[in-house]
Amino acid sequence: MTSPGTLAVVASRIRTDEKRIFDALDRRAVSYVHVDSRTMWSSADIAPLPWDRALNREIGHVRAAYAAHSLEAVGTLVVNSARATEVCGDKWRTSMALRSAGLPAPRTALALTPTAALTAIEEIGYPAVLKPLVGSWGRLVTFVPDRQVAETVLEYIAALPSPHSHVVYVQEFVDKPGRDIRALVIGGEVLGAVYRRSEEWRTNVARGAVTERCEVTDDMAKLVYGAARATEADIAGVDLVEDEDGRLLILEVNDTVEFSGFQHAMGDRVDVAGRIVDHVLTGVHKWRG
Amino acid sequence: MIACPECEATVDLPDAPRLNEILECGDCHAELEILSLEPTLVGLAPEVEEDWGE
Repeated sequence: MTSPGTLAVVASRIRTDEKRIFDALDRRAVSYVHVDSRTMWSSADIAPLPWDRALNREIGHVRAAYAAHSLEAVGTLVVNSARATEVCGDKWRTSMALRSAGLPAPRTALALTPTAALTAIEEIGYPAVLKPLVGSWGRLVTFVPDRQVAETVLEYIAALPSPHSHVVYVQEFVDKPGRDIRALVIGGEVLGAVYRRSEEWRTNVARGAVTERCEVTDDMAKLVYGAARATEADIAGVDLVEDEDGRLLILEVNDTVEFSGFQHAMGDRVDVAGRIVDHVLTGVHKWRG
Repeated sequence: MIACPECEATVDLPDAPRLNEILECGDCHAELEILSLEPTLVGLAPEVEEDWGE
């Protein structure tokens, strides 16, 4: 891996978000190199790489985490850090970080086998939600209304080949008002928030949810900031849900945040790609301390 | 303009194409990836993997 740039943007998939980031770098006349993570390899005793810093936009969690570790090992400053990538990319580790920070979240359990998961679901109560530990876009997130469905779904989970799949993340179902909230935080500053509305119970933009601007309350800003601190994320998309009493709960923290829907809803109020670039170039030490 | 490798329909390139950029064929909706800029080559984009996301 060689490059003339001092900033690497690590990404295997160039979507609208990555193009916006490249455009923001071009507007600032910043020298950078796009590194396709599918071509990356590292030797355990390799000399330092020519990049002072790296923005990690790799879409695959496993590749993103190993890329971050490999770069940090040779002295490159990586945003988000390897630790943040690992914590945010694993729902249980995120839950533990939020709990340690005393932040509100739905009742959650982790069962180490599908058999134990049935007990955990009964303890959490019906309806419950099962989520893969790793993954996004609401993929394979399963609504479990009763014991009959729980037993059936867990039978399928037990038949999956990967040991990772047999570790079951169980969460109480929050009967949200047809929407959830995605807030963006960069370097501890909350850029804004959007509602994500959907006819479906999963309100992911990737599943067709529509975004509209949401006023950031003081309470919301504290939670979003706290979630970024707890997970050590420089750049994060924090998902929140309102429970039946209007209380905000944190669902997850996304480390390789997709921001097209957010940008669309926010219009000219904020330039997300520009803020990401500015943070990577000048804001990291201030945030990390 | 290029031909979709899946259905051979014509696919318009963006004004400033990037290496590894993802396009969608308007006819068959296949996801395409720009594999080379000079000359412009596209291939089918990788399938979504289990750990993909945000």
